[in-house]
Amino acid sequence: MINKDSRVVLEVKNLKAEVAGVEILKGVNLTVRAGEVHAIMGVNGSGKSTFSKVLAGHPDYTVTGGSAMFEGKGLFTLEPEARARAGLFLAFQYPVEIPGVSNSALLRLAYNTLQTERGLEELDPLEFDDLVQEKIKVVEMDPSFLSRSVNEGFSGGEKKRNEILQMAILEPKLAILDETDSGLDIDALRIVANGVNSLLSPDNAVVMVTHYQRLLNYIVPDYVHVMSAGRIVRTGGKELALELEARGYDWLKEAA
Amino acid sequence: MQTPATITREQCYEQLLLGKTVKSTGWLDTIRVEALARAQALNFPTERHDDWRLTDLSPLFQHAFHPVDSYASVTLEDIDKLLMPDSIRLVFVDGCYTAPLSDLKSAGSGVTVSSLVERVGDTQVEANFAHHAPFEQDAFAALNTRFFEDGAYVHVAGEINTPIHILNIATKREVPSAIYPRCLIVMEANSRATVIEDYAGLGDSPNLSNAVTEVVLKDHAQLYHVRIQREEKSAFNIGHCSVDAAKGSVYTSTALAFGARLSRHELHVTLQGEGAEATLNGLALIGGRQIADTHTQIDHAMPRCKSHQLHKCIADGSAHAIFGGKIMVREGASGTDSEQSSRNLLLSGKAHIDTQPQLEIFNDDVSCKHGATIGQIDADALFFLKSRGLTEERARSLLTHAFAAEIIDKIPVTALVEALGRTILDERMKASV
Repeated sequence: MINKDSRVVLEVKNLKAEVAGVEILKGVNLTVRAGEVHAIMGVNGSGKSTFSKVLAGHPDYTVTGGSAMFEGKGLFTLEPEARARAGLFLAFQYPVEIPGVSNSALLRLAYNTLQTERGLEELDPLEFDDLVQEKIKVVEMDPSFLSRSVNEGFSGGEKKRNEILQMAILEPKLAILDETDSGLDIDALRIVANGVNSLLSPDNAVVMVTHYQRLLNYIVPDYVHVMSAGRIVRTGGKELALELEARGYDWLKEAA
Repeated sequence: MQTPATITREQCYEQLLLGKTVKSTGWLDTIRVEALARAQALNFPTERHDDWRLTDLSPLFQHAFHPVDSYASVTLEDIDKLLMPDSIRLVFVDGCYTAPLSDLKSAGSGVTVSSLVERVGDTQVEANFAHHAPFEQDAFAALNTRFFEDGAYVHVAGEINTPIHILNIATKREVPSAIYPRCLIVMEANSRATVIEDYAGLGDSPNLSNAVTEVVLKDHAQLYHVRIQREEKSAFNIGHCSVDAAKGSVYTSTALAFGARLSRHELHVTLQGEGAEATLNGLALIGGRQIADTHTQIDHAMPRCKSHQLHKCIADGSAHAIFGGKIMVREGASGTDSEQSSRNLLLSGKAHIDTQPQLEIFNDDVSCKHGATIGQIDADALFFLKSRGLTEERARSLLTHAFAAEIIDKIPVTALVEALGRTILDERMKASV
């Protein structure tokens, strides 16, 4: 939902970043306001996943230029955990399995860390269970997944649903969904998308990074950006995604 | 009071030979006399002993260990944190059986849980004591056999669900003391039990607990054997356990080493009856200057026996963890099925882990797999947890705990699993502050 007067959640200016000495982002500009849904599309290797990881603070990536302001704070001076506490959330393309850490324990630990940050009371296991039982409905997940180790033995779809459950618990100001649609069958895609939609509000924003238009049928973007060779080369409305679906990405490469 | 200066290796050993003579009669006296002769002929192992090559015993030689000649008065309240609900309990304070702290009421018929000395007249005690853990070549076992004051005796004919907790407590003593815990477990044919051997301290003091445990499983017996070494940080714990498993019996062990300045656990399992099975799970979780050494030996002496082993070491600070795991398959032990895995986690650049899986196979018809890995905290998992708002320290301690949990969670006593899990997480948090 576009509201030109709403606050700026994220403002990225001329962002450059490299991994292992190779420059991947070559000057990215992006402004995200509260209430907006953005899609960043592009071929593999265009830099769109790198962009999401750089914003979340992945240690393999080095910012070499530009700036990113998140909720009025310089993002790149913050450790990944501080970014999370400030309200940034990354849904991982490949969620990691953590044998030995139960899903519910992780969720509670993460939630209580945020509560403390916000100056609120921590929830004890019973209180938290009430909360999580409510939130789990958002992703139509079986409660038995709560007592299992984080993502261990989960199917691709279950892992992605688990990411959205974490998002539901942490209530971020900005959620970056990195290829959340990859590896999902149509039912799982619908569930994940419904989950994200139910979490959208005029106060938060979503940036979806995706290769395919498919996801955008379910989570309708206000803006579609096309990334190519480390830059955003075109920005449009949701109809741009349909054009990409019909024409592919090559015509934009030439234009860039 | 600690001995101010380092004494020599020889002086340290001689001091141990000056142990208190424990009065016994008959067959036990004969064994004690033999054990003293062997102890006098032997000495501490050196780097020339292959099994001890990697273990630096020098911290031991800082102290002259005196015999225990007086006993601290310990109350149930003092040991409250170490107690397990719903268990049969034998408590030893500095090697001495302490009836008021013990709880034997729920041992049903067919189950004997008692002081070993009280049962010295039992035929099963005489038939098994010192028959399974040889002291001829082992100085520590010889010293134990000579000087042990009392021990635990568990005899099971039948099935018992209530876990049997053998709690060995070393107290804070005036002088460094030598304590000799001893344990004999005899599982009759078709019996089943869970025994928890527990070594802990009350107040930090450089005592040496030198323990010997013997386990006998008769045909088709099943034992779940837990060993917890959670001594105080300046203590020493040297333990030897020998297990003889007869036909179709199943021995499962989870051995945990958390405490002590220096600890060594030797576990020798002989699968001496056809179709016997052994599962050995082990975990050493140490930091600071701790040294924790685990040496296991699984001997497939008969056909169609199975063994399965998973050992983990986690070393932080400048700690040194050692694992030596030998698996032997004897001639004629056809159809042997054996799997061994050593997985290790280094938490600091100064920590050190040595792992030595060893296979000795004298037979063709076998399936033996083994492997070892050493790694650090997984960077992807760490980033994931941080991206969920957890601090670096919290994320690391959670992942460390998770690595350890795979072993601890195998213990079939829920209350114990939970208590140990809490302790470890707390300790890791403290360590990371």
